[in-house]
Amino acid sequence: MKTRLEKLFVTIVLMVGGFLVSIPFIWMILSSFKSEREARTMPPTLWPQEFTFEHYINLFQNLNFGTYFTNTLIIVIFAMLGLLFNTMAGYGFAKFKFKGKEVVFLGVLATMMIPAQVSMIPVYLLLNQMGLTNTMAGIILPGLIAAFNIFLIRQFMTTIPNDLIESARIDGAKEFRIFFQIILPLSKPILAVQAILTFVGAWNSFLWPLIVANDQALYTLSVGLALLQGQHSSSFALQMAGATVMVIPVLFLFLFVQRYIVEGFNTTGIK
Amino acid sequence: MNHKNALTPWLFIGPAVLLLIAFSLLPILVSLLISFTDMNLIGLRNWDMVSFVGIENFIALFQDPLFRRSIFNTLVYVSIGVPLVIVCSLAVALLLNYMTNKLFTFFRVLFYVPSITNIVAIAVVWGFLYNMDVGLFNYVLNTLGLGSVPWLEHPFIAKISLIILAVWKGIGINMLIYLAALQSIPKSFYEAADMDGANKFQKLRYITIPSLSYATFFVTVTTLIGWLQFFEEPFVMTGGGPLDGTMSMALFIYESGFQYNDFGYAAAGSLVLFIFIIVATLVQFTFNKSKEN
Repeated sequence: MKTRLEKLFVTIVLMVGGFLVSIPFIWMILSSFKSEREARTMPPTLWPQEFTFEHYINLFQNLNFGTYFTNTLIIVIFAMLGLLFNTMAGYGFAKFKFKGKEVVFLGVLATMMIPAQVSMIPVYLLLNQMGLTNTMAGIILPGLIAAFNIFLIRQFMTTIPNDLIESARIDGAKEFRIFFQIILPLSKPILAVQAILTFVGAWNSFLWPLIVANDQALYTLSVGLALLQGQHSSSFALQMAGATVMVIPVLFLFLFVQRYIVEGFNTTGIK
Repeated sequence: MNHKNALTPWLFIGPAVLLLIAFSLLPILVSLLISFTDMNLIGLRNWDMVSFVGIENFIALFQDPLFRRSIFNTLVYVSIGVPLVIVCSLAVALLLNYMTNKLFTFFRVLFYVPSITNIVAIAVVWGFLYNMDVGLFNYVLNTLGLGSVPWLEHPFIAKISLIILAVWKGIGINMLIYLAALQSIPKSFYEAADMDGANKFQKLRYITIPSLSYATFFVTVTTLIGWLQFFEEPFVMTGGGPLDGTMSMALFIYESGFQYNDFGYAAAGSLVLFIFIIVATLVQFTFNKSKEN
């Protein structure tokens, strides 16, 4: 039985917890609008006394954040191509019978076991052999395919009725037309979740850009931010502005689409 | 399924499989190979300069005080962080599962947001919060009449500080997994318990927690694997210091490889980490099996 007192208690506990969890975000955003001097004053001010955009202007005018931003967007766009490959593979494993399928699928699943830290040295050496270090292709390629996503997409696609595909074939539809015009629209629920998570993953990607890019012209926002923190280690307001630029787009996207993510977790069957 | 052309399925799986071979499977073989060599920057330019050194890298690793230190630190991260993440995310999920309304949906978003936030941005923000002189945390402590804490300046406290941050980030995703699991427990279980006069604690102990065993298993394995690879937090916030107090195995591998260009040595270190991960996963699986029997 849920008494009123209990409900009140649970709500208060969650409110306190929620406030504690959001402190870093509140502090980040407020500090990013303070002057450098104000950000360092003790006792600290909560609301900026003199609201200033100077750090944001500084980031984009003098500190290359425009370039980092563009590079990050390029990575996001290519990550969507990766998602297309993942989806195609998920469909291939879900709806086709062919020789060696089980072995290949097992091999795909096995790659989930391999941590990034184990593959980072050899992948760097391989990219170096291919002449791809310090190139955009070198940053994008290693993270394009995710076995776990292939697995989730496959799980979803096995529930699509075979008759649909068969009757399309009888009507003479080409295989790729079936994929794009029948399978993809039917897979919207899983693809929506995958697209969001792929966006977030690509936006936040750090390790590969850090290793592969030597040139600042190839840096992403996360690598640029790490560099900024190293070079301007005592300019806290500037750092907070940089962090805000990184965090806010994802935050907004997430507020609009969070419903799909939660539903996605219920449909992907991790229970 | 009757597709006419035997090539068709390969057209669909081809791109993904080729990329996985190139960037996941092949690298493991390369890693195995170079961990037995003295591959470095010179060797990278001229493969003739690379020679096999047997297990010398592995011997050197275990004699390297920094590597041993990084193993110790990683074990500290795992043994404190993993239980904390599990307990916290389960607690938050239980609370969030208590009611369904707009406010609780908002709380769910709030607790989830840290896990989709960029780790570098998080580390930068927390670095400011943890700052010894101008950070918010020490200011709050001082106002409460407590002394300043050297959050990132003391080898052991720095480890704890990084764990707090990583737990904060780790709750969201695991909480969602627990919530999905909680919502799939049949209501009839609780109704039956009510008829038998079970109290709240008994219901939690004998119905809820056992029903979550699969979710707990999944959360434990993924969290454990994740924490064994602890990297970005020390990389951005402390660089492994102070006095190597926050150096993790992953950071050690990164530094040997990309700061000292000792690729053979780093590859050997990464294989040791891989073995840790495999052993930890296998232990979890056997533990889970024996519990089921």
